[in-house]
Order: sequence, then structure tokens, then C-alpha cells
Amino acid sequence: MTFKSKLLNEDEVRRALTRIAHEVIEKNKGTDNLCFVGIHTRGISLAQRLVNLVERFEGKRVPMGILDITLYRDDLTEIGLQPKVRETRIPFDLNGKAVVLVDDVLYTGRTARAALDALIDQGRPNRIYLAVLVDRGHRELPIRADFVGKNLPTSKSEVVKVKTQEDDGEDAVELWEMEES
Amino acid sequence: MKGEILIKNAKLADGRGEHGSADVLIGEGRILSLTGGDASTVLDATGKVLSPGFFDPHAHLREPGQEVKEDLQSGLTAAAKGGYTDVVSMPNTSPVVDSAEIVRALKEKAAQIGRARLHPAAALTQGQEGKILSEARLLREAGAVMLTDDGRTNEDAGVLAQGLQYAASWGLLVSVHAEDAGLRRGGVMHEGKVSFRLGLPGNPAYAESARIARDLEVVRYVIQGPGMEALRSGKSLLHIQHLSTRRGLELIRQGKQDGLPISTEVGPHHLTLTDEHLESLNPIYKVAPPLRTRTDIEALVEGLLDGSIDCVGTDHAPHTQDEKELDLLRAPFGIPNLEVAWPLLYTELVLKRGFPLPILIERFTDGPRRVLGFSPIHLTEGAEASLVLWQPNNQRPVEPSAFASKAKYSPWEGWMLQGWPVLTLVEGRRVFASEPLL
Amino acid sequence: MNETATPSFPKHLLDFQDWRRTQVESLLETAQMMQEVLARPVKKVPALTGFTVATVFFEPSTRTRISFELAARRMSADVVSFSGAVSSTTKGETYRDTLRTLEQMGIDAYILRTDAAGVPHQAHRWLHKPVINAGDGWRAHPTQALLDAFTLREKLGDLEGKKIAIVGDILHSRVARSNAELLPMLGAKVVACGPATLLPGSLPGTTLTTNLKEALAEADAVMALRLQKERMDKGLLPSLPEYIAGYQITEERLRWARPQAPLLHPGPMNRDVELEGTLADSPRSLVERQVANGQAVRMAVLYHVLVGKKS
Ligand SMILES: [Zn+2]
Repeated sequence: MTFKSKLLNEDEVRRALTRIAHEVIEKNKGTDNLCFVGIHTRGISLAQRLVNLVERFEGKRVPMGILDITLYRDDLTEIGLQPKVRETRIPFDLNGKAVVLVDDVLYTGRTARAALDALIDQGRPNRIYLAVLVDRGHRELPIRADFVGKNLPTSKSEVVKVKTQEDDGEDAVELWEMEES
Repeated sequence: MKGEILIKNAKLADGRGEHGSADVLIGEGRILSLTGGDASTVLDATGKVLSPGFFDPHAHLREPGQEVKEDLQSGLTAAAKGGYTDVVSMPNTSPVVDSAEIVRALKEKAAQIGRARLHPAAALTQGQEGKILSEARLLREAGAVMLTDDGRTNEDAGVLAQGLQYAASWGLLVSVHAEDAGLRRGGVMHEGKVSFRLGLPGNPAYAESARIARDLEVVRYVIQGPGMEALRSGKSLLHIQHLSTRRGLELIRQGKQDGLPISTEVGPHHLTLTDEHLESLNPIYKVAPPLRTRTDIEALVEGLLDGSIDCVGTDHAPHTQDEKELDLLRAPFGIPNLEVAWPLLYTELVLKRGFPLPILIERFTDGPRRVLGFSPIHLTEGAEASLVLWQPNNQRPVEPSAFASKAKYSPWEGWMLQGWPVLTLVEGRRVFASEPLL
Repeated sequence: MNETATPSFPKHLLDFQDWRRTQVESLLETAQMMQEVLARPVKKVPALTGFTVATVFFEPSTRTRISFELAARRMSADVVSFSGAVSSTTKGETYRDTLRTLEQMGIDAYILRTDAAGVPHQAHRWLHKPVINAGDGWRAHPTQALLDAFTLREKLGDLEGKKIAIVGDILHSRVARSNAELLPMLGAKVVACGPATLLPGSLPGTTLTTNLKEALAEADAVMALRLQKERMDKGLLPSLPEYIAGYQITEERLRWARPQAPLLHPGPMNRDVELEGTLADSPRSLVERQVANGQAVRMAVLYHVLVGKKS
């Protein structure tokens, strides 16, 4: 893959997340029953940030869980043999909660679909929202995000990479071009 | 001179050697001339070899009672296709061939079928139960050529000794499936590193050699008996069937050196396949005695060459496809091979290993005839025209689906062989002819 | 998602003849992943939704069958069970008939158990879908060996150079044979020990001995095998007390092994025969862990034969 451009820098990422945090509080009318669930891998760092932001704005720390969706995917046969199954940990009761599912990029919608199944297997939330840092289009399923950091139209040969301080040492969103095979 | 068939330009090869090309005129069931003549049918046999008809001292034709596996029609047709003019059928049928009546019925039916000739072996003991001797004299009169409890083993040495003594007194050969049932236990393949690794019950080589050792001592004992010296006159009294081990061969070789009246045979599978074929876990390779090792094959080829082994016996043992698709513990023992025995050994021994052709022919013709007390057939004027014409050069794969035998599977499926028979004559009568010759 | 590229695999599990070390390790890693699923409050994932697997047991074994069926259900596969008996005649249905009938019903994978060696191989020749060997005669029980290897690695880490002693009726044991194939592939040294009449003449990659002290000396782990009581009837063993006197694993004899060397047993156990009474329940015993790991390993095997990348 070859690097094409930086779509968001550190400041822009921070602003996008701040805006999402505000919108979440607004939509949920406060922090009652609110919780965040991050989807492996970068969704977890982003969810963590949102929890911190909500605490800063509202003075209340809401619970957070993490979700692995590997064995929920509908394209397992294409992934090859070695599924990377990671921890799913939701250390609170989901029943009656308003859950914000957090992922880095919304693309085909298949990850979000799998995450919904995985989440519903864990309990019965009142409401599920979807928050993503980047929506790059090309949906294959009728899924939309409730909170979007940035809408970035891309072509299918491009790859959107979200980097986080926690996982990659910097906050950024980059655009890469897939090599011709 | 006027005959019925003239086989022109055939290379002659019999148990005495190779004799160059000749135009063989056949009529009245005999070879009339080796220098041509007039005949109603003239065949050009250029490039083909004419030999005496093969004689199989050991085949399971399954009639009566197990016709679902094979019957006289299919079995004797398969034999003729394989170049055999004569077949000894084993008596482990249902009912067991232990009465003159059954022997006669089999012989009559085989004569009507008119393919290879049938020489029934009858049971040594009634019902092959190892207890009461069968009626050797009456059986011989009906046409039985040998007594054997093959299919089972003779666990009681006393009964075997008495059976040998009694059969010999009526000029009948006794043959044995030499395996010690105790040592064999439930073995379904050769005991060795392959069976250990596969976790299959093993049948040790020593089950065979221990039994041969005992049986040779039984022969030593029996020939001390009254009148035996005069009766045996150089003939074999005890024939050890389907020899499979190096150690068994050593014992027989020693026994022969000691002058014991014994003989033995080896099967095509024991000369070409080993226990490693069982790695495929395919019951098609399940046979008794089991496929042994490379070392055993080397010894057996040597024994066939030096005459310690008198003849090739197919131990053709057909079963249904369904039976051979049971698991390795339950599938029955046996390999069908009447139709491939000659091309297989011609290819694997003569062509690939340089085994002398006349000796292999001898082991298919004179050898078995001598063991059973039949006169040899040699390619001379006046000889009985029970002959096989075979093709030494054309290579063709083994195709079980085309077998005349009811058992249409083969461990040699796909092997490229040469030496396929194209014409088999019994007393001048065509019992098999391949399509181009028809 | 960035899954690491993995080598292609045999699409069946008959024994380990056509497996390489990297493939086995990759499978054990998948089992580790499945362990994660089994640790969740909801131990079920939709990975095998739409697949139907058949457990076809010609020899009864409740434990193995339940372990496989649970593994399949936890992955959301549909499971059908067939129990049959075979006879030595072909009067009834043959293996082939039975399996072909199931094939017509659209089975996606077969889990096969038989009392005779080789049936999974035969089935593999007849069927177009994956066959998993759940034990065939004395020959192989690959998922048992995988769960043993998994359990051993959990406890001992890398098995490279580790000495594993297998004690008991080696001759008639598919568990011993599969472990003798698998553990050396993972770098372990296997010593198999038992009464002379219950040892095969040889096993590739395995040291055979009748001397228990020698077998246990400095062993990093000890695996005792189940003793079938019918061995006594066949002249292979004089009596149970005789076996116990020579080959029972006791506290005292375990001192020959490395300190804290763990103890395994494939089950079901004859209490006070293979192991001295309290040992099975001692902290050294991994017997319960083996059962738990069995499910994860079988989930990994099912995942791999059904959705893993095609060879
Ligand atoms: Zn026999």
C-alpha cells in the first residue's frame, strides 16, 4: 500500500471526538443509562476517549465495555484459518441501557452488523447508537451511524487508516492506496 | 497335414526353455505339427509367445453356496482369460466340498461351462472341522486332486498326521494353510512396524514359520509309517499353500534338502505387494497370509528361482465389493487375481528384475502339474493342445471393471502390465480369445 | 481486519500424517481463541450458522460425542447424531450406505467414531465433505491428542525438549498413537511405558520401555491411559493387582518425575487402577482441565474444517 494523504490530524481528531461526545449527551439527554462499548481494536481506544470526554463535560463516569466480533462476521470463509478472537468484556448489565457502539471506520456496514449481533447476545439494551470517527461510504447493508466524526468520500481501492495514540503512538486519519495486484 | 487351427510365427516358450518361432498346427486336441500345414483357421501370431496352458493349484471359485462372490462360470472364464487351462478349486464353500457327490457335480458343471478345466480339491476332514477324515478314496475316484482344509488351519497335528497317512495311501496330495492360529490371533495384516504404527492387529511371520516347522516334523513322522516309502516315489505328500515369509521358505528349503516329500507355492500378491500398502487403510489389501515385507519378497523371488518354491498358486479369493468395503477388522481376507497373475509376474519379475522367462513359465505350468501328479505339457508334436498365446510387448493397465471375475476390484488397478494372454486353448478348443483375434 | 496470512490446511482430520508443525500450532492458537469464547457469559457465536455436522458413532462414546456436539452448538452449527452398529456381514447397511445417505441429506462435516482402524480414511475416500476422526479402533484419536497437547502447553509452555511419559496399555491405545504422532511434532520427547504384552514392537518417534522408573525419570508430564479390563481375558495380563503392582502411578512413583510434573488421563478413569486414589483429584491432575480444553480444541477443529481457507 502507498500513503496518499493525511485526512485528519491530531487536533481534528480531538475536535471530532469532542463533538461526538456533546452530541451523545444531547441525544441521550444526559448520562442516565448511558454506556459505551468499543469494538476491537481502535474502537476501544476511541470509546475510552468518549467516556473521558463525557466525564469532563457532565462530571459523571459512565460504564464501558469491549466487544470482539470476529466469530460474528459473515465473511469468515474469506479470512483464512486463524481467527483473532479477542476479549469480550461487558462488566455491567446491558438491560435497559443506552449503548453507544464505537468503531473507527464505517464502510460496508458488516462490522457494525456483526457488532449488533454480538451485543444483543450479551443482553437487552433499550437503545443502541453507532458512533464512528470516519464514515467513508460504500455501504452494503442498510446501516447508518448516529454520530460521525467526519464524512470522507473515498474510492474502493483506497484504504482509510485510523491511528490512535494508544495503539499507534499518534492520532490521525490517513488515506492509503491499495497496490495493484 | 490338415488341422483346425494354425498359429503362424509364434515364439515358443515352455518350461524347458525358449525354442524360436514356429507355425503350430493344432487338431484333434493335439499339436499336430510345428512346421505348419492347412487349417480352417489361421492366426498370425507374429510378436506373440505360445506357451503351455497355465495351471493354478489354488483358487477359490466359491461354488457351491457363495455364488454372490464368484461361481464356476465367472471363475473359470476369468481363469481362461488369465491364460489358465486348469484350476484347482478350494473346498471351503458352503457346503464344504467333502463328498464324492459334490466333486462330481462340480466337475460336470465345469465341463458344461467349457472354459478352464476344473480340478476340485476336497476337504481333508469332513466339514473342514478337523475331526473326522473325509473319504479320500471315493473323493479321488470322483475327480478330487488334493485334500485340504484351506480356509481353516489344521490345529490338531494328530489329525493332520493321520490325514496325510491316509490320503497318501490313496495317492492324494494334502495341502495346508500353514498358520498357527494362536500366534496369528486376530491379526489382519503383517505384524511389523506398519501394523504397530497403524494400530491394526498383527499376524507375525512366525505364525507361518512355526506352523511350517511343526508340519515338516509331522511329515518326517508320517513317512516312517508302514508302506509310505513305496507310496511316495518322489511325489509330494504335503503341499504348503501360499508361502509368504522368508523364514518359512528357509524351513521348506531345508526340508527339501533333507529329502522330505513336500512342495510349496507362492501367490502373485506375495511377490509384488508389501504391508506398506496397508498404509492406505484400504481392506482391498487384506489377505491371508498377509502381505509381508520387501525382505520376504526378495527371499520368495529367490526361492521361486532356485526351485525351493515349486509353483505359482494364485489363491484367487474373490469377495463382493460390499464385503471389501467393510472395515479392516471385518472385511474378509482375499484378493482376486486369476486375470492378472501372468502379466503381473511377467512384468514385475521377468521384465523388471530379469527373472528367467522359462523358469517363470515352468512355475506356471510344469511346476504345479508335477506337484499334483499331472504330466507336463511341452511344445512338441503330439503334445496336448492346452496352450496360451500371450502378448509380451503390448502394455495395458489393469482394469478391474473389465474383469470376468465377479470381484471387480484389484490392488493392482492401474498398474501398466505386459504379457496379457490373447488366446487360450483347452485341448485345441478356444476357451478365451481377445477381441482382435475373434 | 488484518488477519495474519496462514498456511493452507488439510480439510479433514484423520490423523497427523499429512500435518505440519506450523499447521498444528496454528490450530492450537485457534483453540486458544475459542477458550476466549468459552470464558464469555454467553458461550455461543454464530460462526458456523448454516452448517450441519453429523456425529456418526459406530462405537458408543457419550463423552466424546457430547464434547463434539457442544463444540458444534457453541459455534451455532446444526448437529445431527447417528449411532449405528456394524456387523461382520453386509446384511445390514454398510458404512458406505450410511454415510452416503447422510451425504444426500446435506451434511457439511462428519465426525466419525468406530471400533476399527481406518474407517475415517475409507469414509474420506467415499465422501466429498470433511471427515473428522473421533477415534478409530487402536489407530488414532487426533482431537484427544490435540487437547492433550493444548493442556500440556497451557501448563508447561513450549514443549520443545520436554519429556512426556505415557503409561499403560500402549498397544491398544489410539490415544497413545495419536500423541506419539503429535507431541514429537511439537518438539516433545515421548516415552511410552507399559507391561511387555501391552507394548507395540515400535512406534515412530517414541521410546518404548517396560521400565516405569526409566519412563518417569525426569519426566515433565505423565499421562496414564485407561486400562481395558478385557485385556485379562486374552492372556495379555495376569490380573489387575498385577498391573497395579507394576504400573499404577502412585505418589511415590511420581517422585521419579520432575517436581510438580502434571498428570493427565484421557478418561474415563478406572479409579485406583491407573492412578492411585487421591492423585486424580490432586492439584497435579489436569484431568478436568483436559475435558474443558477438549471443547475449545474441537471448536477450533470444526472452525478449521468448515470455514478455514481451502487448501
Ligand atoms: Zn489359505
